[in-house]
Amino acid sequence: MLKIDNLHASVENKAILKGLDLTVGPGEVHAIMGPNGSGKSTLGHVLAGRPGYSVTAGSAQLLGQDLLTLDTEERAHLGLFLAYQYPVEIPGVSNMEFLKASVDAVREHRNEAALDSVTFMKQAREACKAVDLDAAFLKRGVNEGFSGGEKKRNELMQMMLLAPKLCIMDETDSGLDIDALQVVANGINAMRSGERSFILVTHYQRLLNFIKPDRVHVLSGGRIVKSGDHSLALELEERGYAWLEDVA
Amino acid sequence: MSDFMQQALAAAARTAPAWLEPVQARGRDAWSKTALPTRKTEAWKYTSLQPLQQTFSAPATESARSPLDDIPLPALDGPTLVFADGHYRAELSHGELPAGLNLVRFADANSEQAARIAAALGSALQPGRHVFAPLNDATLADGVFLEVAANAHIDTPVHIAWLTTGQNESISITQRLLVCLAENSSATLVESFANTATGGTAFTNGITELLLARGAQLNHYRLHLEQGDAVHIGGVHARQEADSLLNGFHLALGSALKRIDLVVDHQGSGAHCALDGLYLPRGTETVDYHTCIEHAVPHCTSQERFRGIIADEATAVFNGRIHIHPQAQKTRAELSNKNLLTSNKAEINTKPELEIYADDVQCAHGATVAQLDPLALHYLRTRGVPREEAEVMLSYGFINELVEAIAQPAVQAFLKPLLARRFARDARLTRHIL
Repeated sequence: MLKIDNLHASVENKAILKGLDLTVGPGEVHAIMGPNGSGKSTLGHVLAGRPGYSVTAGSAQLLGQDLLTLDTEERAHLGLFLAYQYPVEIPGVSNMEFLKASVDAVREHRNEAALDSVTFMKQAREACKAVDLDAAFLKRGVNEGFSGGEKKRNELMQMMLLAPKLCIMDETDSGLDIDALQVVANGINAMRSGERSFILVTHYQRLLNFIKPDRVHVLSGGRIVKSGDHSLALELEERGYAWLEDVA
Repeated sequence: MSDFMQQALAAAARTAPAWLEPVQARGRDAWSKTALPTRKTEAWKYTSLQPLQQTFSAPATESARSPLDDIPLPALDGPTLVFADGHYRAELSHGELPAGLNLVRFADANSEQAARIAAALGSALQPGRHVFAPLNDATLADGVFLEVAANAHIDTPVHIAWLTTGQNESISITQRLLVCLAENSSATLVESFANTATGGTAFTNGITELLLARGAQLNHYRLHLEQGDAVHIGGVHARQEADSLLNGFHLALGSALKRIDLVVDHQGSGAHCALDGLYLPRGTETVDYHTCIEHAVPHCTSQERFRGIIADEATAVFNGRIHIHPQAQKTRAELSNKNLLTSNKAEINTKPELEIYADDVQCAHGATVAQLDPLALHYLRTRGVPREEAEVMLSYGFINELVEAIAQPAVQAFLKPLLARRFARDARLTRHIL
């Protein structure tokens, strides 16, 4: 699914990722943990092609295609989805128009016919229901005036409608109360399949109680310094990250 | 004085009804003492009158019956008056007058109506607030008088369309509308200004006066759809008595030059005005809005929201003056002006201008100038929306709030596609907005 080799990336000429290797197989769920400033969010942004984030060395392939030479929207068409830690507010653009434009673009790339408005509305309402978001949010500006939890659920709702192949969840659990966390986790679990993979970027092992990862990685200093199974997350919870810096 | 003005003055004197002669004489006198503003005149600092330095002729006495089919106008079901190249076109005008509404052309006014018009005409114009008003008076040959009787509520919108066609060489046109709403009456008025795609240059000198008596309510739309070489120097001058309400929506697509002055004079306690406006110049076009709210008495409110998108090498000016007189305590005035520049060569000159002489008032103002938000653009693209479409969505999104706030459904339905297509001719790029 995803193969990253020796990825180096910098933001404003400051090197953040320094030789990151990661391979995620189809249907797998990987968790990436690590201290603040280790490059966790940068990884997602680099893969999504955010302006200002430049790759200085290495490669990243999604489904065998070189991700880094594609435009941002082409990466989305291929099946990449980044759920933002801080989703962007876009007043004046309705959530509904935005979602229809997204879904149409992705379906077109897959050579699927565009959904008629009735079918699309039905799917959008169902997705809202699945993430416990009032359907009235479809008519509001994209993320405009949404609370932190509502924004996260809006991200998840988009993900359901777009049915991507690789989902990168950037601290989707931050700022959520335990009930909202449960809703989000249920949504992600419901989307798990043999053809869809997840990268969960998180500070806390709490999320991993709800979504059991296949692999857990520790990102520190721009590289993955340790990998393991779910037990590694529990160990980190107990011991913190400091002991790993010695390992690195 | 340039040739066109001389010719226009002569033409007007020939065709006007006799009772307008004193108005014309007054105008001629004042105009002869008027110096045309230059870039050194503060209110004209950013707008050049260069487009007026060409030969305009007075419109022919009888306008040719040119087809007007290619001029897009809102489809409204109320009474409609159409003027083309300065002349009333009966065959294009239609609609029954509901009870309580009087709609009379100056040229058709009987002596009793003429007396009422003459008494009210010019009363909303404050001396010195409209440089071209004397020329409008001097060349005034026809106009429209809209009157609503006390306590009458006119639900259907009155539509007055002022069109210019490519039929004539460069012409100058005088537009005048006098609106009198009697006590506790209400009405909706749509003014459209448009030209044919092949329109020759026209200079329109337009003035609309709105007189709102106690408790009157007016929803006013003034849509400047003229494009190309059109030059429009005009204004709306409103006088509001106690507890009256004026809701204004103003739109200016760009053309060679548009200068619109909006002046609201709060003369009675409890008056409120809300002005929304959009301006969208592109190419080398210029749009200049000057607004001025005179808070002369206590307990009045005003709210202005103007947004502009300036493209290519176009220029826009927004000057929002709020004048709170010493006795106008408990005034609440808000002014917001937001601008989006979509090119490095686009220019906006925005200036809130507050003069506050009362101490117990609430006054808020803000002006912003920005480019398309790169992060918002990126966010849309991460969801698969192609860059070109995302740019159109964000541009339209910048003005969408004011479009959605348009209360008259037919006006909104007319403007939505027209505005969205300003940002992209390719229907694929606007399909998710419309």
